Amino acid sequence: MSIWVNKSTKLIVQGITGNTAAYHTKLMLEYGTNIVGGVTPGKGNTEVEGIPVFNTVQEAVDNTGGNVSIIYVPAKFAADAILEGVDAGLDMIICITEHIPIRDMLIVKRYMEGKKTRLIGPNCPGIITPEECKIGIMPGYIHKKGRIGIVSRSGTLTYEAVHQLSQKGIGQSTAVGIGGDPVNGTDFIDVLKAFNEDEDTDAVIMIGEIGGNAEEKAALWIKENMRKPVVGFISGKTAPTGKRMGHAGAIISSGKGTAEEKIKTMKDSGIYMSDTPTNIANTLIEALKDNQLWRSAYED
Amino acid sequence: MNIHEYQAKELLRNYGIPVPNGEVIHNPEDAEKASWRIRTDIAVVKAQIHAGGRGKAGGVKIAESIDDVKNYSKELLGKKLITHQTGEEGKEVKAVLIEEGCEIYKEYYLGLVLDRDKSRVTIMASEEGGTEIEEVALKNPNKIYKEIIDSLIGLTEFQARRICFNINLPIEVMNDGVKFMMNLYRLFKEKDCTLVEINPLVLTTERKLIALDAKINFDENGLFRNQDISNYRDLSEEDEKEIEASKYGLSYISLDGNIGCVVNGAGLAMATMDLIKFHGGEPANFLDVGGGAAEENVTKAFKIILLDHRVKGIFVNIFGGIMKCDIIAKGIVNAAKELKLDIPLVIRLEGTNADLGMEIIKSSSLNIFAVKDMDEGAKKILELIK
Repeated sequence: MSIWVNKSTKLIVQGITGNTAAYHTKLMLEYGTNIVGGVTPGKGNTEVEGIPVFNTVQEAVDNTGGNVSIIYVPAKFAADAILEGVDAGLDMIICITEHIPIRDMLIVKRYMEGKKTRLIGPNCPGIITPEECKIGIMPGYIHKKGRIGIVSRSGTLTYEAVHQLSQKGIGQSTAVGIGGDPVNGTDFIDVLKAFNEDEDTDAVIMIGEIGGNAEEKAALWIKENMRKPVVGFISGKTAPTGKRMGHAGAIISSGKGTAEEKIKTMKDSGIYMSDTPTNIANTLIEALKDNQLWRSAYED
Repeated sequence: MNIHEYQAKELLRNYGIPVPNGEVIHNPEDAEKASWRIRTDIAVVKAQIHAGGRGKAGGVKIAESIDDVKNYSKELLGKKLITHQTGEEGKEVKAVLIEEGCEIYKEYYLGLVLDRDKSRVTIMASEEGGTEIEEVALKNPNKIYKEIIDSLIGLTEFQARRICFNINLPIEVMNDGVKFMMNLYRLFKEKDCTLVEINPLVLTTERKLIALDAKINFDENGLFRNQDISNYRDLSEEDEKEIEASKYGLSYISLDGNIGCVVNGAGLAMATMDLIKFHGGEPANFLDVGGGAAEENVTKAFKIILLDHRVKGIFVNIFGGIMKCDIIAKGIVNAAKELKLDIPLVIRLEGTNADLGMEIIKSSSLNIFAVKDMDEGAKKILELIK
C-alpha cells in the first residue's frame, strides 16, 4: 500500500511536447509509471515517446481513462492548465511549474473548492510510490520500496532524506513534495492524514522551511491526531529576515515564520527533530526504536 | 519587489486614490520651483529610500517656508540615512519627495495582505492609524477589523461599508471610504501586489480621506504582465550581486560569511547554509541555481560568488532531479578554468547523472575535492579554509 498513487494510476502529461516534459516522460516511463496520454493544444494526433498527444485534457481523459495529470507548462499558462484538469474531473493534479503568480493561484484555489480534484504543488518535485509509480522530476533510483512516508516543502531536501533512508536499507511508502509556494494545493496536514490512515506506513518524515505557519499548524494537528511517530527537519535557521530565500514562500516577515519558532512548536508537539539535514535518517531510526516499530523489515 | 513612496503614490493616483500633492526632486536646486508648484503653507520633505523608519531617523522634515524646503532638500539629498532597517552602513538619499502638508483630524490604518493560511486576500482596517499594525495587533487586537475577500468575486461594496462602520469612519465620508477601498483592491489585484498598506489613512479637518503614506510590495512572478511596475525598479537600492544573479535566473542572497555556496533547490540551499553554521563556519551567500540551470548559469554563479572578496572557499552541493549533474560539472570545470580559481573547492554531486558528473570533475585535473555527502563536504571546506 501507499498513498494516492500506485500501479493502477493512469497518468496524463500536460505540456508533454516541451523539452523538460518530454525528457521526464521518458524517465517516468522507464521507472514504470503508467502514462496513458499527453496534452499540448495544437499538437493533437502526434506522439511523444509512443504516448498519444491530445489537444485538450478532456479529450485525453475520454480516450485514455487517465485519472491523474502532471503539469509541465510555463508559469504564464500553468494556472489555466490546472483549471483545465480540474474541469476534466481528474482525481489529482501534480503541478511541477515554478513562478506561477500568486494572483493566479488564488483563483485556482477558489475554483477548486468543492471539486473532487486534489492538487499537489505548484513548484514541487511531485509524488512517488517507490517501485510502482513516479510522477515528477525526482531521481527514481534513490528510492526503495518500504514503510516510511515523507512529506516536504523542498524538492532537493526530499531527495536528501530519501537517499539517507535508502542507503541505510530503509524504504519509503510514498514521498510527497508539496512545494515551496505561499499558495499551494495539498498541505502538510492532508498528507499526514493520509499517512496516518495508511496501513503500510510506520512513521513519517516531515521537512519544512522558514516562512508562513504551515509547520506550526501541522505540528498541532500531529499532537492531537497522529498515531505514528513523526520526524521533522526545518531549513533556514541562518536565513536573514525580510529576504526571500529562493522559494516564494520562504521569507521571514517581521520575526514571524522563523526556524526557531517552528522547531520549538514541533518539538513541543512530540515530533523527533533532526538538528542537521544529514541526521534525518538517524533520527528516524531512533524514533522507530523508541516506538517499538523497529522490525526485521528494516534490517536487510 | 519594493518601490519608493513617490512611486507608490503615483500608482495610487492613477487608481483614483487621493494622495497629497507632491513632487519628487533629485537636485536641491529644483526644490524652490517644486515648492512654488505645490503652493502650500506647510510642506513635508521626505527622503526616498527603500527602508522603513525614516521618520525616526530624521528623514522626514516639516518645512514652514520655501527656504526650509530648500535647506531640508539640500540636507537630505546625498546624505546616508541610517534607520533600523538599513543596517549600519545606511542608505544614500537620492531623491526627496516634497509634499503639501495637511491638517489631520484622525488617522486610520488600511492594509491589503495575502492570507497564506486561507489562500485569500484579506483587507484589514483600524482606527488606530499611524502606528505599526503589529503593535496594534499586540496591544489592541479588537481594534483591527478584517474582511476576507473572495478571489473570484473580489472585494464587495458591502464589505467595504462594513469596514467603514467598524472603524467608526464618520458617516459623511463613508462613500469616499468605500470608493477608496474598492480602488485599492483593484490596484492590488491588477498589479499583482502581495501587500498594500496605507498608514496612515488620514481624515483631514476638511473631511477628506487621503493616503498619507503607502507601502506596496509586488509578486515578482507577476511582473511579466506589469511592465510599468518593472520600470519602477530602482537597481541602485539593490545588491549588485543579487541583480546580476537574477539576470541568469539564479536566486542569490548575500550574507556575511566567507564560504561561498552553490546549491540546487531553495530548501537544500538553506540547509547547506545551516549545516556550515552548525559545524562552526559562516556562509557567504544563499545561492539556488534553480531547476533547469544551463552550463553557463553555473559558470555565472561562480563569477557572482567570486565578486565577493571575503569568500575563501566554495562548497558545491547538488542533488540533481530536474537538474543533471553532468551539466553542473561541466559548468564548474569551465568556471574554474576561466576564472583561474585559486581558492579551495569542495563538490558533492548526487542524483540524476551523478556518475557522469563525477567523471567530468575527476578527468578535469583541477584541484577539486569531491565528497560523498553534504556533511563531509561542509567539514572539508571548513578544514580547507582554515
